[in-house]
Amino acid sequence: MALRRILTIVVSTLFLATAAHAVQPDEVLDDPALEGRARAISAELRCMVCQNQSIDDSDAPLARDLRVLVRERLVAGDSDAEVMDYLVARYGEFVLLKPRFGLHTLILWAGAPMALIGGAIAAYIAWRRRQGEGSVAEKPAPLTADEKAELERLLKDG
Amino acid sequence: MIVEIGHYALVLAFVLSLVQSVVPVYGALKADNRLMATAAPVSGMLFLLVGLSFAALTAAYLSSDFSVVNVFENSHSAKPLVYKISGVWGNHEGSMLLWVLILVFFGSLVAAFGRNIPDVLKAATLGVQAWITAAFLAFILATSNPFLRLLPAPAEGQDLNPILQDLGLAIHPPLLYLGYVGFSITFAFAVAALILGRLDAAWARWVRPWALLAWLFLTLGISMGSYWAYYELGWGGWWFWDPVENASFMPWLAGTALLHSALVMEKRSALKIWTVLLAILTFSLSLLGTFLVRSGVLTSVHAFATDPARGVFILAILCVFIGGSLALYAWRAPALKQGGIFAPVSREGALVLNNLLLTAACVAVFVGTLYPLALEALANDKISVGPPFFNLTFGPIMVPLLMVVPFGQFLAWKRGDLLAVAQRLWAAFAVAIGAVLVVAWSQGVEHVLAALGIGLAFWVIAGSLSEILSRARFRDVGLATGIRRLAGLPRSAWGTVLGHAGLGVSVLGIVAATAFQTEAIRTLKPGETMTISGYDLTFRGIAPRRGPNYVEDVAHLEVRHGGTLVSELDPAKRVYPARQQPTTESAIATYGFSQLYLSVGEVRNDGGVDMRAYYKPLVTLIWLGTLVMAAGGVVSLSDRRLRVGAPKSGRAQPVPAE
Repeated sequence: MALRRILTIVVSTLFLATAAHAVQPDEVLDDPALEGRARAISAELRCMVCQNQSIDDSDAPLARDLRVLVRERLVAGDSDAEVMDYLVARYGEFVLLKPRFGLHTLILWAGAPMALIGGAIAAYIAWRRRQGEGSVAEKPAPLTADEKAELERLLKDG
Repeated sequence: MIVEIGHYALVLAFVLSLVQSVVPVYGALKADNRLMATAAPVSGMLFLLVGLSFAALTAAYLSSDFSVVNVFENSHSAKPLVYKISGVWGNHEGSMLLWVLILVFFGSLVAAFGRNIPDVLKAATLGVQAWITAAFLAFILATSNPFLRLLPAPAEGQDLNPILQDLGLAIHPPLLYLGYVGFSITFAFAVAALILGRLDAAWARWVRPWALLAWLFLTLGISMGSYWAYYELGWGGWWFWDPVENASFMPWLAGTALLHSALVMEKRSALKIWTVLLAILTFSLSLLGTFLVRSGVLTSVHAFATDPARGVFILAILCVFIGGSLALYAWRAPALKQGGIFAPVSREGALVLNNLLLTAACVAVFVGTLYPLALEALANDKISVGPPFFNLTFGPIMVPLLMVVPFGQFLAWKRGDLLAVAQRLWAAFAVAIGAVLVVAWSQGVEHVLAALGIGLAFWVIAGSLSEILSRARFRDVGLATGIRRLAGLPRSAWGTVLGHAGLGVSVLGIVAATAFQTEAIRTLKPGETMTISGYDLTFRGIAPRRGPNYVEDVAHLEVRHGGTLVSELDPAKRVYPARQQPTTESAIATYGFSQLYLSVGEVRNDGGVDMRAYYKPLVTLIWLGTLVMAAGGVVSLSDRRLRVGAPKSGRAQPVPAE
């Protein structure tokens, strides 16, 4: 279903290949605060017919449609989250450049933190083990009776 | 005829690489000097043969020999000379040939300059590297042969993808490959050491210059690619977290970790097992990058190869080399003896932390790049992972890394004194706090994050500089002696300072250009003016112009600052008729370290033209910083201790008169 919609979009963009240009002057909202929110949202949304471009950067007609849609929703009074939800409901999670946290993205989100924690634990264990070996190997031999006497003598003279 | 000679040379190289794969390794294991002695000359021969093959393909491009399929598909008789040459590697087959050329180039460098490397290690290393050469030559000959003919020969070629017809992209792949493929040497050293079962501090000393050389090229290659994307793609971004960029960034992160851990191994004989693993992982990531880019598994602006047969072949190479080397590692590494011990707070400890953070950062990029592919392949679920994800996962790992960089430089080996180091860093800290306050005060409190970022950049720069200044001890010995002391410091000390300061400079550019960029989007009619960050841009008109193999509409704008004309900008929209593909040619004016970036969009019916202008403060520092880092690599490489092919040292060198 979603795939078919994407295919339709791909095909339609092929035929409508007019070179548009990212955010166009006529799209910009009059209210700078609202426009700022629209830009921030746009940067988080994928232009689904492009290779790894946000709709904010893309020249594709679909990206323009989405930008206009985002602005329409904002003007209608939606919150940022509501706009996102609306787009996800319409186009699927594929539209989000930052996937939502969930079971299907657990490894994605937890990967780096787990590597950091796991690495730190491994480093600690390795260090403790080496420390144990080292302390056995490098423990200085106790002083002999002669050395103790010599030390006493030196300390007294000091 | 020339083309056939090139083809024949390539087949010959393949057969010779099979010989090289077996004879020297067997010789090293049996301690047979005669067998080991074949390694060096055969390496040179491999380089000559692949070089001949590459020259033949280049000749076909230069003479526009369209009877060669590869030339027909990627060249055009009207193409400027420089792009005829760069067209050789602007396509899948040619770029794989370049890949192998650089592979055998590094092999012959080791053969020629690795005079201080023991014969056994050298022979085994060259043998292991030949395994990679053989695998990739087989790949080229079986699936990606650039020498295939086309009969009858067409009269005209299909031209090179216009987006690639650019000077930046002409040099980007060779630089990147010199980095990527250069890590094959450290990989070969690691596997050879595992096979021979000998791994000591001297190993790190022999390996480090090669890692440094590869790292240096990779740094330049990534930087070049980033600047190309910035001015060519037309929307002013300089890093997109595109999978293809990530493919080159992962080996860079791992390679940077390798440089640092090899230092610990060389000086203190510690972290041996980890260093070997990093050497294997770094090149594995290079192979992974080659797979991602060359198999067409991702399709993005960079990826110009799409053919599943190739993908499966590279995947097989990937599995054999990564799987094989890791299995060998699991088998042999536990037997290796670990060296010196150290306290957690020490130079070693700081370098372990550096490795931990760099590796975690690499994992963040790795997961973000591969997880969507895996999810789609295994669960048929499509998700997008883009810049917002990486900013959230990669960014937070970089912050502590940058914070500890200056500490690492000051800490002593074995056991360091954190408090003493902190006291010596007070000046750098003051500079950083000063920068935060100045930015927060001048730009407003809402930019507090940016202010902290800029403070962090100054902290790294000032911290690394204060280390070298403290070594001069100006306060104790006076200016003249201090300067002499500075000049007398080992080059590697300067390399460290430049490397770290360059990193700080790049961070400064990144933060400033991201946080304080301004943008203006307007439709201008001739004579109208738009203003951005104090610059007035007056549109003077748009006119068609004809290039050698393209036509373009060039807009002309005058830039005034405070009423005086400071520059003229000519952004353009180009169409390459051979491929009917439009490109955007942005126009950039540089003021100090900052840039004004302008690109044109649609031309309206009423004569208005859509303009998109950015003012990017300090943006050039992003790339200048990487140049400083690379300079650090060069300086470090020239250190006597590491100099490739330097005599065994100990003898005092006469100081040249200045």
